[in-house]
Amino acid sequence: MTIPLLQVQDLCVNFQTRLGQVRALENINFSINKGETVAVVGESGSGKSVTASAILGILDKAGRVDKGEIVFAGMKLLAFSQRELSEIRGREIAMIFQNPRAALNPIRSVGRQIEDVLQTHGPVAQGDLRERALSALRDVNISSPEHRYHQYPFELSGGMCQRVMIAMAISCRPSLLIADEPTTGLDVTTQANIMDLIKQKATELNMSTLLITHDLNMAAQYCDRIVVMHAGHVVESATTAELYANPSHPYTQRLIAATPADHGSVDDIAAIPGNLPNLLHDTPNCRFAARCEWVEEKCRSEPLAYVQLGASHEVACWRAQYYASA
Amino acid sequence: MSMINLKHIRYVLTENPLTLVSFSLFLMFVVIAIIGPSLVPYDPLASETQYALQPPSTLHWFGTDQLGRDIFSRVIVATRLDFFIALVAVLLSFVIGSVLGAVAGYFGGWWDRIVGRLLDTIMAFPLFVLAMAIVAAMGNTVENIVYATAIINLPFYARVARAEVNVLRNAPFVEAALVSGNSHFKLLSMQIFPNAMPPMMVQLSLNMGWAILNAAGLSFIGLGVKPPDAEWGIMVAEGANYIISGEWWVALFPGAVLMLAVFCFNLLGDGLRDIFDPRKRT
Amino acid sequence: MWKTLQTVLGRLLQAIPAIIGIIIVTFVLTRALPGDPAVYFAGPAADKESIAAIRHELGLDKPMYAQFVIYVENLFHGNWGTSLTTGRPVIEELGRRLPASIELTLCALIFAVVIALPLGMLSATRPDSWIDHVTRVLVTMGVSLPTFFTGLFFIYLFYYKLGIAPSPLGRLDVVYLSPPKVTGFYLIDSLIAGDWEIFFASLKQLILPAITLGLFVLAPLARMTRASMLQVLASDFIRTARANGLPARKVLLTYGFRNALLPILTTMGMVFSFLLGSNVLVEKVYAWPGIGSFAIEALVASDYAAVQGFVLAMAILYVMLNLLIDVAYTLVDPRVKFSGG
Repeated sequence: MTIPLLQVQDLCVNFQTRLGQVRALENINFSINKGETVAVVGESGSGKSVTASAILGILDKAGRVDKGEIVFAGMKLLAFSQRELSEIRGREIAMIFQNPRAALNPIRSVGRQIEDVLQTHGPVAQGDLRERALSALRDVNISSPEHRYHQYPFELSGGMCQRVMIAMAISCRPSLLIADEPTTGLDVTTQANIMDLIKQKATELNMSTLLITHDLNMAAQYCDRIVVMHAGHVVESATTAELYANPSHPYTQRLIAATPADHGSVDDIAAIPGNLPNLLHDTPNCRFAARCEWVEEKCRSEPLAYVQLGASHEVACWRAQYYASA
Repeated sequence: MSMINLKHIRYVLTENPLTLVSFSLFLMFVVIAIIGPSLVPYDPLASETQYALQPPSTLHWFGTDQLGRDIFSRVIVATRLDFFIALVAVLLSFVIGSVLGAVAGYFGGWWDRIVGRLLDTIMAFPLFVLAMAIVAAMGNTVENIVYATAIINLPFYARVARAEVNVLRNAPFVEAALVSGNSHFKLLSMQIFPNAMPPMMVQLSLNMGWAILNAAGLSFIGLGVKPPDAEWGIMVAEGANYIISGEWWVALFPGAVLMLAVFCFNLLGDGLRDIFDPRKRT
Repeated sequence: MWKTLQTVLGRLLQAIPAIIGIIIVTFVLTRALPGDPAVYFAGPAADKESIAAIRHELGLDKPMYAQFVIYVENLFHGNWGTSLTTGRPVIEELGRRLPASIELTLCALIFAVVIALPLGMLSATRPDSWIDHVTRVLVTMGVSLPTFFTGLFFIYLFYYKLGIAPSPLGRLDVVYLSPPKVTGFYLIDSLIAGDWEIFFASLKQLILPAITLGLFVLAPLARMTRASMLQVLASDFIRTARANGLPARKVLLTYGFRNALLPILTTMGMVFSFLLGSNVLVEKVYAWPGIGSFAIEALVASDYAAVQGFVLAMAILYVMLNLLIDVAYTLVDPRVKFSGG
């Protein structure tokens, strides 16, 4: 059994808001092996982006890691200072974001922005800087990089901006790339291009990928394993094949049912009733209880039970043991 | 406007003690302006040269000036004059400015361009310089200080009004009202204007402070208020000559009270902003 | 390069309506000021005949629009009238005194920027801390202080009581000779002449007036810096920069501050309006021989050609300063280059 590259253990994150404490993440557990692509899937508000931010240590000011451990390549990241973390960011772990044009500095040329990252994790000789930046642009299949180098984000398409961000992210050959909804805001064709690029680079550089997305199909298409999150809990995690073969958590089942590609027409989309619970109030132990059609008293009174269904298939539902999906 | 209720106001007042202080200070000034002049211990214009330039004492709390006049009484009386100037000037610029801005924002087109040109011309000058020019041209009187101050503050209100009206003009309820036969004027005055008010309220308070400074500044350089009238600015000007020889009280007290009044209005403006438009805190 | 020039030219063209407006206003001013324009245009040494000649020259017997044309012609030929108090052409007087005012204003600006911007940045990086609150209060107090009062207070405290400030009687103590004129700025000219003694003497005289003048604009600058920095620091691209491991300093300055600069530059317009306006007050308090004190003397003496000249000069200066801000804006923000302007 190889040691995973990244291990998130029992992670709990709280947010201090004016109205009280929000327990955004509770007991998050998952891991990523070297070279693996793992997807974290969930609705908006499920806590998937918070998880990514926690790994890199760029949580919002109001956020605090309450409990848990994040182990990356043997290092316990939560004990690191901001300074120590900034050495890892961009070099060992890199992250790309959604809305790529907004995520780039609007008044700095893309070439300079790539150089900034290169220089940070240097040492790079002054003369080589430009060359390295140009080759980084070529690396992500951007044509005429010499021209693009001088351009500003507002002059580039969304897809091109995302390529630039990817270029910045992989410029120092990180071992883990976190992609937080990288295709949101892009048109369908570009989405596919970007995901293909990420996949290509991951293979080339033997880089692990953590894909955060609300699009289950995308996760299924590009990822080896899928972690399903709901309201700050991991409700199910398995390999892609296993998840589709045996979706065991009611939420996962609904998610699969609600995803368009599985059905012939849009009319078949079965929306998942209910909303995410308000995480300010006393949360019932299973946070899906209010929306679950098989909910019982046990679900609300007892702490969440994690059931191991197979070698790498875990579900947070006690019923899963008894009910295999259809 | 529905957001503003007593609970919110009480919250703002207690959250930031400074706001409460500024409200109380404002009330104090208003009281002084209204009843102060009838309660002063000495006649503010009575000069008794044998008592000239006396330092503060129990007889004369703020001392006497070069003509033997009691500074305390003069400062109190000046409150009424300065507040009056500021209030009228700001109200004038508020009314005229917001009407101009509302018309420009609502009707657009030529109206917008003309009003825009007018505002641009006013704003092409450093404001105090423009005020100087207006008072110099129209004559050295208190009324003209009011007009000059009103003119240079016009653009602020016009711009805010224009922006707010522009936004509200496209609101669905306006379309609906127009379709059901309401006239533009009725719509502007009854529906749109009250909604545009809150951000302008903040501006009113801040402008009062600037207006007082402006009036005092003009008087300081000899425009507007003439001796023997008591006004903070001109009192500081008269006291300026005696600073070098050490008679500090002649200029200090009117200046300090002036500063307090402006400070009060600035804090008040911040407080009002917290009440009406918390998003815009700086 | 070419695009920058295009934008600058475009901005210049945009300034023209403002200049037209200014000229119209000053024209109205000359006709509205009490007294006979011909008399005060002619100057103190004029007699009945020359006044009549000037009246004809100015076209005061002609209809308004013709007068306006003549007025504009005169302006462009540098014929701004003669000062009643000094007998010299107004434009010459203004030219002589302008460097003093500009030097004072510039120093005030430098002082304000050097203090306010770092304070604003500090407040933004530690919002709601005690530093933030203290800065807010200090800065609000600064904007409540009547400039003339502050000046007097400083003179009382530092000159009269503490004796550390020089006597507030102008740009240079009487014992010194002004440096040979190159720019008219004593600081620069003394450096050019290599005279350190005069340099420091001029600096000493400048300190109090410059601080007095700059105190008032600390508030808008610091507040805008704080607000702008707060907004920028919360934006997506800062998050990306941090996620890429960029050092904190680079994130704050190169990515943060440069982007925050844009709204700060916009505030500069208001700052210049205050500075130029309050210039007059400070010059009176410190007996500074600039165009402000010139105007005050002129007002007292009903020297209306001088007053009009002062207003025009100030307005033109202000327009040019605003132009500079616009150009600076286009230099900082590449997006502006490409917009229609």
